[in-house]
Amino acid sequence: MKTILQLRGIIKRFYIGEPNELQILNGIDLDVREGEFVAIVGASGSGKTTLMNVIGLLDRPTEGEYLIDGVDVAAASDRELSYIRNQKIGFVFQTYNLVAKTTALKNVELPMLYGGVPARERTRRAKALLDLVEMGDRVKHLPEELSGGQKQRVAIARAMANDPAIILADEPTGALDSKTGRTVMDLFHRLNKEQGKTIVLITHSEELARETDRIITIKDGSITGERAGDAR
Amino acid sequence: MMVMENLRMAIASLKANKSRALLTMLGIIIGIAAVIAIMTVGNSVTNTVSSSMQSMGVNNINVMIQSRKNEPEERESGIVFGAVEHSKEMTERDYLTDEMIAGLLEEFSDEIEAISASEAVGSCEVKNGSASANVTVTGVSQGYFAANEKTMLAGRLLSAEEATGARNAAVVSSEFVDDLLEVSYEEAVGRSFSCRLGEQQVQYTIVGVYEQVDSATAMMMGLVGTECYIPLTTAQQFNHTENYQNLAVVGKVGVDADALARKIETYLDGHYRSNRYFEVSAFSMSAMVTAMADMMDTIVTAISVIAGIALLVGGIGVMNIMLVSVTERTREIGTRKALGATNESIRMQFIVEAMIMCLLGGIIGVILGVAGGILASNLMGAAAAPSVGSIVISLLFSLAIGVFFGYYPANKAAKMNPIDALRYE
Ligand SMILES: Nc1ncnc2c1ncn2[C@@H]1O[C@H](COP(=O)(O)OP(=O)(O)OP(=O)(O)O)[C@@H](O)[C@H]1O
Ligand SMILES: [Mg+2]
Repeated sequence: MKTILQLRGIIKRFYIGEPNELQILNGIDLDVREGEFVAIVGASGSGKTTLMNVIGLLDRPTEGEYLIDGVDVAAASDRELSYIRNQKIGFVFQTYNLVAKTTALKNVELPMLYGGVPARERTRRAKALLDLVEMGDRVKHLPEELSGGQKQRVAIARAMANDPAIILADEPTGALDSKTGRTVMDLFHRLNKEQGKTIVLITHSEELARETDRIITIKDGSITGERAGDAR
Repeated sequence: MMVMENLRMAIASLKANKSRALLTMLGIIIGIAAVIAIMTVGNSVTNTVSSSMQSMGVNNINVMIQSRKNEPEERESGIVFGAVEHSKEMTERDYLTDEMIAGLLEEFSDEIEAISASEAVGSCEVKNGSASANVTVTGVSQGYFAANEKTMLAGRLLSAEEATGARNAAVVSSEFVDDLLEVSYEEAVGRSFSCRLGEQQVQYTIVGVYEQVDSATAMMMGLVGTECYIPLTTAQQFNHTENYQNLAVVGKVGVDADALARKIETYLDGHYRSNRYFEVSAFSMSAMVTAMADMMDTIVTAISVIAGIALLVGGIGVMNIMLVSVTERTREIGTRKALGATNESIRMQFIVEAMIMCLLGGIIGVILGVAGGILASNLMGAAAAPSVGSIVISLLFSLAIGVFFGYYPANKAAKMNPIDALRYE
């Protein structure tokens, strides 16, 4: 299978004042194949989210080479990165990040809006996706009227809006109880199995990590371990 | 499609913060309302005044005696605003005389149709049961009503016999009858009323009723509305004078009234050269119409400048609130960028929001302004004439304010780094 994400010697530094230079990622090499379900684990502050932001094109690496679906990120303009985020990546955040005062339906429509999908098609597809995550009866609800688990399911429907090849989830179950976390996790498994989505999941739960194809351990900004999960 | 979505988002965002949006719009609302109201009133008054002055005859020239201005040796102590006037009373020898009239008629026989004179007697309080009104009494020569194009509604004009006999006959305005007598104009003819002028109690008999010009013009010309005209000779007898304070000259058809007014003034100046305190002033109705329009223009400009400042302040208010909104919604901006929004679409979203806010303020301002303008015009008795052009321009202008003052905050939102925006606490 082809490699969809290819990271070579990725370094990320933060500059907070002249003398304080913080190197958070110390040369990450990582390949993710199409359709793979990868878990990233590691202690708090080890650089998992920082890595995820680089993978998700929300942040550019300080050094190193990153190819996403064959496109060299270093050479791409901001506008091109917006386009790739829109078309190829679906984000699921720990804090859901639904747009406030905006219905579940309109939230799911957002990526399609920026992708230029016609209004009628947008609504049709958003409804279908909300049905898929079993939120079809909450279409007109505002985020503040939903529970955490419900919000996260809407967020997953939103991540799926433009049928992206890659789903990036940073501790998607972190704010949920284990039962709700379970339903969210089941959703990811379904998307991975049935639709062949490539999924990168950051989690603190060893149990959930073990359900994936491959588990990558990060420590102090470096990959220190890699093992196969039970799904293999 | 993106435009519709932006509009929808803007409206949703404004709805979420209704009172804040309304307060922000206040500057725009006040500015636009002021512009529209003053434009409406200005339009109405200018239209009404100039049309009724036109109907009063643009060929008419008013000649009057006035105090000489800027006589330094006569300057009174204390603060003086503008032109300096002395406090010397006009006497018999300062008035216009029959010789002057004759001289004018001879000198400008090709241009003058007729000259009529008037003599102010004074004003008095007339009572009838519970009704009372302040009535000004003016003596007029026989040609006066024709020269001023006053239309009779009932009765007749002052007769030659009443003029020579200096009788106490009166022609009153329609408003006089409406306010004081509460009878039909026909019934009013033949009635008499008494009024106290100075030390004297005088009894006048109404012989005719004329149609009062609309109140806006009357007000501008310093008329109270309840006018009463008596024979010139009666007034002169009362005032113990044989001369005139006022002349109305009617120019012949086709004569340039302005030029004639200047010529008359120059001619009469000859008679007044030796008069230290008074001089002659002659002006045509058309000059008055122009002066009125100029005055209106000045008022409109002054208020427009104030309104412009209100709009500027309003615009800055919009910018301020948009900056607050952008900061508050930093995480939303980050999320939108993560979902694929380009910088341009974020910028557009916030500019549209600022534009809608300003447009809404503009619309409310236009509604208030038109309402206020119509109300004020009606109070002044002028036919309300809201100007469609100024409404359209105001709305476009408020949109422009939205773009101008919305751009900076919108650009700030657009240029946010997605990850910094998402991490914002
Ligand atoms: N913008 C930034 N400026 C400065 N330091 C940063 C910035 N972003 C992240 N860091 C630092 O990088 C380190 C790694 O942060 P990161 O969020 O990647 O950790 P993490 O592995 O996701 O931790 P957690 O499991 O708690 O989410 C932290 O020490 C953090 O302080
Ligand atoms: Mg993290």
